[in-house]
Amino acid sequence: MKIAVLSGKGGTGKTTVAASLAASLPACQYIDCDVEEPNGYIFLSPKLTDTVPVYVPIPEVDATKCSGCGSCAQVCQFNALAVVKGQVLVFPEICHHCGACLLACPEGAISETDREIGVIEANADNTFLHGKLKIGEPISIPIIRQLKERLHQELPVVLDCPPGASCAVVQAITGCDYCILVAEPTPFGLHDLQIAVQLVKMLQLPCGVVINKAAPDNKTVQEFCAREGVELLLEIPFSQAIAAAYSRGILPTTAYPDWQDKFRALYHKIEERVQQ
Amino acid sequence: MKQIAFVSGKGGTGKSTLVSSLCQLVADKMVADCDVEAPNLHLLITGEELNKADYYGAKEAVKDAAKCRKCGLCYDACRFAAISDEYEIISLNCEGCGACALVCPAEAISLEEVKTGQTYLTKTLQGTFSHALLDIGAEGSGKLVTEVRRKIFTSHEQEKWLLIDGSPGIGCVVIASITGTDAVVIVTEPTKSGVSDLERVLAAARHFQIPSFVCINKYDLNPEMAAQIEEYCRQHDCPVIGRIPFDQKVVKALQAGKTPVEAGNIQVTREIEKLWQRLTAALGA
Repeated sequence: MKIAVLSGKGGTGKTTVAASLAASLPACQYIDCDVEEPNGYIFLSPKLTDTVPVYVPIPEVDATKCSGCGSCAQVCQFNALAVVKGQVLVFPEICHHCGACLLACPEGAISETDREIGVIEANADNTFLHGKLKIGEPISIPIIRQLKERLHQELPVVLDCPPGASCAVVQAITGCDYCILVAEPTPFGLHDLQIAVQLVKMLQLPCGVVINKAAPDNKTVQEFCAREGVELLLEIPFSQAIAAAYSRGILPTTAYPDWQDKFRALYHKIEERVQQ
Repeated sequence: MKQIAFVSGKGGTGKSTLVSSLCQLVADKMVADCDVEAPNLHLLITGEELNKADYYGAKEAVKDAAKCRKCGLCYDACRFAAISDEYEIISLNCEGCGACALVCPAEAISLEEVKTGQTYLTKTLQGTFSHALLDIGAEGSGKLVTEVRRKIFTSHEQEKWLLIDGSPGIGCVVIASITGTDAVVIVTEPTKSGVSDLERVLAAARHFQIPSFVCINKYDLNPEMAAQIEEYCRQHDCPVIGRIPFDQKVVKALQAGKTPVEAGNIQVTREIEKLWQRLTAALGA
């Protein structure tokens, strides 16, 4: 079973929930798909032994064959090519690796060369994986795509997703069996939870909500869930002690082992929902 | 005009909280919320809508079924799994690159502009405010950010400052938010995650050669970690210009849709004022 953990808003506790869930199961695979700012490693302390560069193909122009006709720049929808004084300039960072320029070149002057945009790091048995986008690179999706090629087929998989609601999140949650939406009871948290709910509904994925930093005197998220018919799965109360442990990279399930039971119960609840 | 981008790497460290407070304290400025995927600033600063527009920031392949000969060349050319086995276009996967249209011998595929979001220009008591909302799951969030920043200048106001509320991360959205700005303020928190993400976003700001400053929010929650951030910043020659204490009253104010300045904690307000003084002094303004 593949469970995605997302939130819309950043900093609501995606990694806390995803890593706690992973740490509470007897065996599972944890994949950190927040490749811009991966944090799961801080809490799960994996021994990363396997580093694989992620390459994308970018165009390379053979100047001896190029006639400077400009067809490549014309078809490129991302302005990653320009022809200046009969010479083709390639802007590799903004290339989307689609290959349209190759198809358009009448001289067969364009080939492709590999360019590294980041790495995937994993532990020895492939139960912990994360991706790291190289500094200065804008496009993270190919790294998420390659992470998902290494999904475990037998073990439960927990995918820690990036914040937001763009194509990177779509890439991360596509093909998952269930989405956990992590929300905090603030107007910001509620606003962004609505965005996250719309996203999973658009992809027709079943979902439920975990409230982080729940406050006894604030029921806005609970009311939203009741109104929208979204299941409330678990509430993690706001606690100075949990926050202090978090700041030092310690999960609630490590600091307070009874939380392991709660996360295991969460997993079984999700398992039931998926089987239904 | 000087443009200041507030980023954090990690989400939820207090970017919007800080920017909304500065909105109350700083004169002669405009404001842009460049977190187009999960914008929040409009919940705290409101006003009269000057302009609302659909933004067409991507293209998508569209097939004319009558012309399609089902030859499958489009399927082979597409690198994004956006052509199904029946040669239908799966729009969620489509990047709008047009490779399929290029290879189609029947000219059955064309590229059409698609709406990727909505932009808003609002007149507020705190100045002109540009913001946007990306359509759910849409492509081109970076382009929408560029549009938010472009639109603020259509108001033709000659303010001294543009405050940009950024998004988490270090990728396309953040790059579009910080490109061409005069300074980046990284809002961090004294947690291990905060430190890890600060390091990466500082490296990104440096990569684009933008002067960078750090604000430690809730610095008293973990003094040891805060000291570690100060040390890191010293080593990397990055001034720490703000140390905002944690206050439950600020949390309560935000829950009521108010900024920390409106919460009336003098210590928090003074520290934000000092941050702005240090920043403007460093920028020679």
